[in-house]
This record gives sequence, C-alpha cells and structure tokens, in this order.
Amino acid sequence: MSKSSSVSIGNQKTNLVPFSAWMVVFVLVPIALVVWFAFTGVDGFTFSNLKWIYVYKSTLWLSVKLAFIATVISLVLAYPIAYSMSRASEKVQRNATLFIMLPMWMNFLVRTYAWMTILEDTGLINSVLKAIFGADFQSLSLINNHGSVVLGMVYNYLPYMILPIYTALTKIDGSLLEAARDLGARGHQVLARVILPMSVPGIISGITMVFIPSISTFIISKILGGGKDYLVGDLIEDYFLGNSGVVNYNIGAALSLVIMILILIATFLMNHFDKDAKTNGGGVI
Amino acid sequence: MKENVIIDLKNITKSFDGDLILDNINLYIRDKEFITLLGPSGCGKTTTLRIIAGFLEPDGGDVVFAGKVINKVPAHKRQVNTIFQRYALFPHLDVYENIAFGLRVMKKNEKQIKQKVEEMLALVNLRGFERRNIESLSGGQQQRVAIARALAVDPKVLLLDEPLGALDLKLRKDMQVELKSIQKRMGITFIYVTHDQEEALSMSDTIVVMDGGKIQQIGTPTDVYNEPKNAFVADFIGESNIVDGIMKKDRVVEFSGHVFDCLDGGFNENEAVDVVVRPEDVEVVAVGNGMLTGTVTSVTFKGVHYEIIVDIGGFLWMIQSTDVQNVGDRIGLKIDPDAIHIMKKSEYSGMFGDFSSYSEEFDELSDVNAGIDTEGEENE
Repeated sequence: MSKSSSVSIGNQKTNLVPFSAWMVVFVLVPIALVVWFAFTGVDGFTFSNLKWIYVYKSTLWLSVKLAFIATVISLVLAYPIAYSMSRASEKVQRNATLFIMLPMWMNFLVRTYAWMTILEDTGLINSVLKAIFGADFQSLSLINNHGSVVLGMVYNYLPYMILPIYTALTKIDGSLLEAARDLGARGHQVLARVILPMSVPGIISGITMVFIPSISTFIISKILGGGKDYLVGDLIEDYFLGNSGVVNYNIGAALSLVIMILILIATFLMNHFDKDAKTNGGGVI
Repeated sequence: MKENVIIDLKNITKSFDGDLILDNINLYIRDKEFITLLGPSGCGKTTTLRIIAGFLEPDGGDVVFAGKVINKVPAHKRQVNTIFQRYALFPHLDVYENIAFGLRVMKKNEKQIKQKVEEMLALVNLRGFERRNIESLSGGQQQRVAIARALAVDPKVLLLDEPLGALDLKLRKDMQVELKSIQKRMGITFIYVTHDQEEALSMSDTIVVMDGGKIQQIGTPTDVYNEPKNAFVADFIGESNIVDGIMKKDRVVEFSGHVFDCLDGGFNENEAVDVVVRPEDVEVVAVGNGMLTGTVTSVTFKGVHYEIIVDIGGFLWMIQSTDVQNVGDRIGLKIDPDAIHIMKKSEYSGMFGDFSSYSEEFDELSDVNAGIDTEGEENE
C-alpha cells in the first residue's frame, strides 16, 4: 500500500480557510443553534423540552421501526443487484450504474408524488383493476399505510444502498476469488468467506445512507402516509413551521437532537462493526 | 521413461480472442519434481499454469492428473494449489485465518486446524505471526503466508506463478533457496513459472523453455544451458554468441572464416547450422595463437570478470575474461571443441544478431519493468 503524498501549495493554514469557513457557517453554527433551542425556553435554560421526547415516544419508535424495515429491505434488494452488476461486463456495468442514477436526476418530490398517483384509490393500479373487473370493483387501499411509506423510502434510497456495495464488490481483486476456489471453496463458500466479508464496508455505507434519510424523512410520510403515519420528521417540521398551529422551535430542536443522537449511535455501532474490515470500498457518491 | 508421472499435458491448445496462446503443448511432469516453465512474457507459461490449476479450460487436448483426465474438474476439486503472483492473501483475515482458510472450507475441527497452522508457520519461519494483519507484513512475509496457506491443504502439486517477482534482489535469492528446501522437505511437485533464467537454472530439476505458445526445449538446467536446441533457447538462457556456420562433416564446422573441430555430429554434409559459443568459453590469446583474430571495441568491468566486445570480421562477439584488455587492441581468440555447440537452423535463426545492439542498461530496464508489472496489472 503506497501512501499518497500530498503536495502542498501555499500555506497549509490558509488552504484550510474555505473548508473551515464552510464547516463553521453551515455545520457548527446550525448544530449549536439546535442545541441552544433544545435547552432553552421562555424562562431561559431548561430541560423541560426533553419531556416531549417521552410524549412522542411512539412516533419516535415508529420512525425507527419504518427506517429499519426500509433499510433491511433495501439491503436485501441491493446486494444481489450490486453483485450481479459487479460480475457483468464493463459496458453493462456502466449502463447499469446510469440506470440506477437516472431516477435521481428527477426531483425527489416529483418521484414521490408519482407513487401517490400510482397507489391512491383513484390511482393507476386501481384504475386498471377497475377497467378489468368492472366499476363495482372495491379499490385496494395501497396508500396511506406503513407499507406505502416503507415503499417510498426503499424506492428513493435504494440507489444509495446499491452503489456503495457495488463499489466495494468491484474492488475485490479477482485473484482472491481464484485463491479461495484454489483452496477448495465452492461457490457459496467463496461468497460467504470472501465476497461477503470483504464487502462489509460497502454494506455499512449503504446502511448509513439509507437509514439516516429514512429516519428523518417527512415528505415521504406526508405524501405516501397521508398523515396517518406521522413520523418524527413531520413532527419537527410542524413545530418549526407551525403547520398544526403551534410554532415551537424548542420542542422541534429537542426532537432534532434526538434524531441526531440516534444517528450518531447508529454510526458509532456501524463503525465499531466495521473496525476489523479494512476500509476498502464503500465509496460514497 | 515416463514413470512416476503426476501431470500429463497432451496436445493442449488455447486461444484468446482468436490469438493462439498455447500451440499443441505436450509435457509430462514427474511426481516430486521441481519443474520450471521459463519464457518471456506472453509465451504461454502462465496460461499453462492456469490450465493445470483449473482456472482455464483448454480448447483442445487433455490434462491428465495421476492417470485421470481432469479437463472438467473445477479448481476447488483439484489437488493442486497455487501461489499467486501478488500472493492474493485475504486482507480481511489475519495470518492464522489465511492459513486456516482451506482447512475451514474442508470442515476440519479446530484442533486439527490449529495443529496444521502451527506446523505451517514453523515451516515458513513465521511463528508468532498468527494474529498479525496481512497488510502489516512485508512482501517476503506475505510470500511466506501464501506458501503456508497453499501447503496447509496438502496439495500434491504446488503451482507458483512468478512468486518472487515483487521481491527485491537480495530477498529473491534467499527465497529461492528457501523454496527449494521447502519443496525437498515436503516432497511434493513444484511447477514454477518465471521469466528469470537465473532463477530457473538455480532452482529447477527440469526447465521447460517456452516461446510463442510452444515448448522450445525441455531438459535439465545443464542441458538447456550447454545444449540449447535452437537460437531462441541459446539467447534466452545466458549470453550467447550465435553465428552462422557450415557443417563440413561430423565433428568439423566452419564459421567466421575458420574451420573448427567440435563434438557434434549427425548433420548433413555442408548443412547450414547455427553455432553457439558461450562468452565464458572463449579464451583470449596473443594474435596468431588463436583461431580467430579481432579488435576489442568495448570493455566493461563486471566484478567477477570483464565483459569484452570483440569485432571479428564485422560480427561483434562477447567474451568474458578475467584479464583486462584495452579498447582497440588486436587479440586472438581460442575456442576449444567442447565450447562449440551446433544447432539446426530454426525459425529463430538470424533473429539474434551480434552484440552491436546489446546494452546492459536495456537488460536492466526490462528487469525493472518486470518488477513493476507484478505490482500493477497481472502480466500476460
């Protein structure tokens, strides 16, 4: 392994200014504000905002649960896709990557609304079924439930699971697979003992990149959950924008803080799990 | 003649994208033999190895292992293991688990595994490295782990694909000795692929010289050095002066305008032949005392000897001598009958000219490239 030597142009300290400025303005200050609001109220410093975490514990739990389910489904779908991509010819790989990225060129909201028009009672699926079975066909309720929210999450975030796993898989040297076969490993043993463990860094990036946006989403639950599946993201939005009549930055900030901490814990656990695996692959787009 | 044969390659052919890589290879390998496939890159040696390993299937011909045709037997079922060019150690496993890999796949119990791994670590002098990370090891140590990993599953035959290519010269020399001694101790067959003729000469029981997808010569190191079959072999192995000659009759050959006694026979009268004279077999004498006379055009000190380029009638000869000569001197050359080796004309005749274009620097450059090759993409 060669260490990449960095050629520094100019003063090392001044080179860092743009980065530092960005970090301060767009990361540190916002986080500080969230913490500030979370621990203040009309009477100044207080822990009282944290009681809302308890009040909304079922919403928080539902958010975690749906994000978790979406992540697991994405992983199960993404791995075979990424694997077959990594084995394909270079041309197929390029095209497949393009097709996976293609939906992401469209606006997230548009994509999600598209699902609404497909799934709703008067939507595409039900219209087709009605056309087939006659006008008295009882519409299937495909939308405004947990399933449709999870579907929205999986649909929107699946590429973020596929691509890092794919990257990790393509980085596995073909001679390692030959070595495994040479030592007597059958196909499934090569998969279990070499390919799978060596793609762990990609799996971890993928999980992180699906779980985090899923747990904090408010658009998907709003459009495909129909307000029934109120997630923590929706709560936070409401408290900041006052959609439900109350504007309260403090409660919103406290709930945001909970999500941040949940994500930190998840990331920490992931990195701990990844400790043994060498950091190969897991390229983030 | 064909006793104790463990692997028999019969009429093997293989093409990639219409390029004929192996052209009717016939080769048998004896049990417990150290055999080297030697040739320049692209000669088909690695392809031959991969066919034996089971990573490639030949287009034509049969691979016979211990009397059975194994063309269709997949790699994981062959009692043949490979040391890969860049070792191909599993980076997600430590030294112990790398060596244990084959044993775990075979579902050996923990006690057997431990015992075997310890035994292998002792064999390659890596005791105490069990829990070391692969990436923390030096090239030489990784090489040892690769050897231990392959030998742990008790192969009948070990295939080594330019295993020392990525090591520096000193380490390479040490590993040559060590590999040879491991092969003796384990009592198994080694099939070794290299482009390094010195490596081949010093380690092998049998050398198979390959070029252009064909076997050029099979023989012991002394055979291929002293009795090269054609100009390619003579040129590839060691330094050679290869000149055109006429076989006057048995044991008499004419070249460079002089008639020499030699030890070879069996040619037609006045048959055109290639004559090989090794640089170290030419004796420098006073003008008039030798058979040939020439002018010294360059002298290079090589440590053990001087490398002297002599112009004899416009053809540049290389001579190795412990006595220094001066550029421009006229010297006489004495060539004894046993220093002359006669070869039949072949497709390679005339392809290796005199030493006018010869440059030591070029040789070293191509050596360096070979080293880099193994760091980067697989060659061939």
